[in-house]
Amino acid sequence: MSKDEGAEVVLRLDRISKSFGALKANDAVSLALRRGEVVALLGENGAGKTTLMNILFGHYMADEGGVEVFGQPLPPGNPRAALAAGVGMVHQHFTLAGNLTVLENIRLGTERLWARRHPDSRGKVERLSRDFGLAVHPDAKVGRLSVGERQRVEILKALYRDARILILDEPTAVLTPQESDALFATLRKATALGLSVIFISHKLHEVMAIADRCIVLRHGRVVGEVDTHATDKGRLAALMVGGELSLPRAEARAPGPVLMQLDGVTTPDRGAVPGLKRLTLALRAGQITGLAGVSGNGQAALAEVIAGLALPSAGTLTVHGAPVTDWSPRAALAKGVGRIPEDRHHQGSIGDFDLTENAVLEAYRSRFSRRGWMNWRAARAFAQEIIASYDVRCPGPETRIRLLSGGNMQKLILGRAMASGPDIILANQPVRGLDVGAIAYVQSQLIAARDRGAAVLLISEDLDEIMGLSDVIHVISQGRLSPGFARGSMSAADLGLWMAGQKFEGADAA
Amino acid sequence: MSEIIDILISASFWAAVIRIASPLILATMGELICERAGVLNLGIEGIMVIGAFAGWMAVYQGMPLWGGVAVAMGAGMLFGLLHSTLTVPFGLSQHVVGLGVTLLATSSASFAYRLMLPEVTSPPKIAPFQPLHIPGLSDLPWLGAALSQTALTWAAFAMAGGVAFTLYRTPLGLAVRAVGENPAAVEAQGLSVTGLRMGAVIVGSGLMAVGGAFLTLSAFSSFFFEMVNGRGWICIALVVFGAWRPGKAVLGAILFAAFDALQIRLQQTPLGAALPYQLFLALPFILSILALILMSRRAEVPAALMVPYNKGER
Repeated sequence: MSKDEGAEVVLRLDRISKSFGALKANDAVSLALRRGEVVALLGENGAGKTTLMNILFGHYMADEGGVEVFGQPLPPGNPRAALAAGVGMVHQHFTLAGNLTVLENIRLGTERLWARRHPDSRGKVERLSRDFGLAVHPDAKVGRLSVGERQRVEILKALYRDARILILDEPTAVLTPQESDALFATLRKATALGLSVIFISHKLHEVMAIADRCIVLRHGRVVGEVDTHATDKGRLAALMVGGELSLPRAEARAPGPVLMQLDGVTTPDRGAVPGLKRLTLALRAGQITGLAGVSGNGQAALAEVIAGLALPSAGTLTVHGAPVTDWSPRAALAKGVGRIPEDRHHQGSIGDFDLTENAVLEAYRSRFSRRGWMNWRAARAFAQEIIASYDVRCPGPETRIRLLSGGNMQKLILGRAMASGPDIILANQPVRGLDVGAIAYVQSQLIAARDRGAAVLLISEDLDEIMGLSDVIHVISQGRLSPGFARGSMSAADLGLWMAGQKFEGADAA
Repeated sequence: MSEIIDILISASFWAAVIRIASPLILATMGELICERAGVLNLGIEGIMVIGAFAGWMAVYQGMPLWGGVAVAMGAGMLFGLLHSTLTVPFGLSQHVVGLGVTLLATSSASFAYRLMLPEVTSPPKIAPFQPLHIPGLSDLPWLGAALSQTALTWAAFAMAGGVAFTLYRTPLGLAVRAVGENPAAVEAQGLSVTGLRMGAVIVGSGLMAVGGAFLTLSAFSSFFFEMVNGRGWICIALVVFGAWRPGKAVLGAILFAAFDALQIRLQQTPLGAALPYQLFLALPFILSILALILMSRRAEVPAALMVPYNKGER
C-alpha cells in the first residue's frame, strides 16, 4: 500500500479549537488528508477525536480555525454543506431511524421534500452494496438489523451521496472480529477507488492494520503524526498515553492486610464486550491498586461486581476475610465500600436533584431519616460540610447538581463516598473529563484515603494517572487480568503491550 | 336484540356514523402528523374549540362557508406556531405547553365571543354546509341515504387519504417519520429537525381546527362553549388506537362514531327506558378503552415522541 506523498490533499483542518466550559476539547488541531489514504486519529477517550470530527461534519461550531474540502472552505455548523462537499460520516452512535427500511434511511434527505419517489435509488444502493461488499437487504427494517448491518447501512448512506471522504468514528467498538475484518475489506476497496478515510480509534492493532498514517491526539492536542509502517504498537501506546507527569504522585508505603479478595470471578460476555475470565485480585489496606486497560475490556463488569450491581456467574468474593453471600449495592455500602462511579451524570448523581438530595442518596434511609421522615436539617448540614471540606464551587446546597461543572460534581460525589470513611474505595475513571485542577484534587484525596489505610481500586484508561498513583498495577484485556506489577517496575510501553493483549498469549502458555 | 339489528341496518344510522366520524378524522390526522414528527400536541382540545369558533364567526360575519374553513385553519395554525415555538426550538415540556395551549385557546374563544357578541343571549345560527347531491350515487336506494353527506365530510376522508399518501409515498413523509423516530438521523442527512417538527405541528394544528370547525359549519349551525366536549382527547386516544397509522386511525374513528351513534339510538328503545341514560353516554368511551387495550399492545410508538432535540448538546 504505497501512497503517493504528492497526492492531492482532499481535506485540511486548520488550527481547530473548541471548548466546552472549562474543558478544552480541541486545541489548535491541524490535519491533512490525501486522496486514497487512510488516516487514523488515535487517542484515549476524551482526547477530542469525536469533537474534532463533529466540527468537521457541522454538528458543532469550532471556536477557532477552519475546514477546507477539496480546496474550498466549508461553512461551519452545517451538516448539509459537509454532505454536499462529499464528506460522509459514520457516527459512533448510529444515526438511523429504526422504523424505516434500509432504502428509506438511505434516501432520507437526498431528494427535494415534495418530489415523488426517486426512480433508481434501489438500483444505486444495490450496485454500491455489491461494489463495496456491504451486504444488506434494502427493504429490511433497520430496527431489526444487527449492529454490523446497521453500520453497513451508515456507510451506504455516505456512499449513496457520492462521499469522497469517509469519517468512521470508533467503527469497530461494536463489531465482532469477523465484522471488523469485513469492514476493513470494504475500506480497502474504497481507498482503491480513490476515496479517503479518517478512521477514529483507540485500538492500536486496528490502526496498525488499516491506516497509512496515524495522528495521535492527547488532551485535545496533536502530540504526534507517524507513518504506521515506520512505527510499532509500543511507540504508539507511549505517544497516546503520554510521558509527562505533573500530577500528584503517591510515595510507596508498606501494604496492609487484604480487605477484599476476588477469586476466579467470572461474568458472562455482553455482546462484543467481554466479561471477566476467572479473575483473581486482592485489594490491600493502605494501597492503591491501579487497573489499566483500553475501555471495554471488562472494567465495567469488574466495577459492577465490586459495587454489588452484578453477581459473578462463578468465583468468590471475600470482604474483610469473610466470603460474601448476599451481595448487593446496599450490602457493599454496609461493608464499607465507597464508590465513585464511572458515569457521574447517570450513575453518580440525579441531575435535577439539588446538592443536598444528591449528597444523602446513599444514606437517606439510615442517617438522615427517622421513622420514615426525612431530617432535612441534618441533610443540609451534611451537604454544606461536603461543600466546604471538598471545595465544591456552587451557589449553595439548593443548587441543582446538573448546573455544576464536571469537576465540582465529581467533588461532591467524592465527598459523599468518603463521608462514611470507607475501607474499600472503588474509583472508576474518577478524573475523566475534568480540568487539571480538579484532577489534582481528586487524586490527592485518593492518596489521602490510602494513607489512612483504605484499599483503593483505581480504574483508568490514562496510563499517566495509573502510573503516578498506583502502588501496584494490573492490566485488564479481554476480561483477563495481568499479574500485579510493583510501582516503577514497568514502562508505559511495557504496559501498552499488555493493554494490546500481546503479553497475555505468552503468560497463558507459561 | 332485534332492535340493535334494526338500528345497524338502517341507512340513517350509517349516515350518522360517517357524520360523527368526520371531525374526529380531521383532528386525529392533525394529531397523528404532530406525533409522527415527535411532538405530542395536547393543545388539540383547545385548538378544536378555537377552530369551531373562528370558522363559525367568520361565516356569521358574512364570509362564505369555505372561507370559514380557511379562517379556522389559519387560527389553528397560529396556535400550532405558538405550541411548536415553545416545544421545538425551546424544547419545553410538551405536556405543559399542550395543556397551556388548550386553556389559552379555549378561553380566547370565550373572550372573543363575549367581545364580539356582547348582547346576545342565545348564539346566532348560520346556514351550514348542506349534504351534497351526487348524481347517480345519491339516487341509489340504501347507499344514497347513508352517503348523504356534506362536502366537508368528503374532504375529511380525502384528507386522510392525502395524509397517508404523503407519509408513505413522498420524501416529505419519509422525513417526518424519521424525525419522530431519530432526529439525529435527520440532522445527519442534512435536513432541519426544527423546520420539520415545527411544520408538522403547524399543519397538524390547522387540521385539528378544521375538525373543530366541522362541528359549527357542518354538524350544527351554531357555536356553544361546550361543543367540542372532549373530542380532542378522544383523538389522542385514536392516534394510539391506530398505532400511528392513518388507515387504522380512520377505522378507529368510525368505530368510536358507531358506538356513539348506537348509544343515542339505544336510549330511545325499551332498553333505554329501563337503564339510566348516563350508562349509554359512557358506552362509547368504555368500548374505546377496551379496544385501545387490545390494539395498542403491539403498536410501534415513534421512538423520539416527546423527546426534545437539542443540536450539538453533549
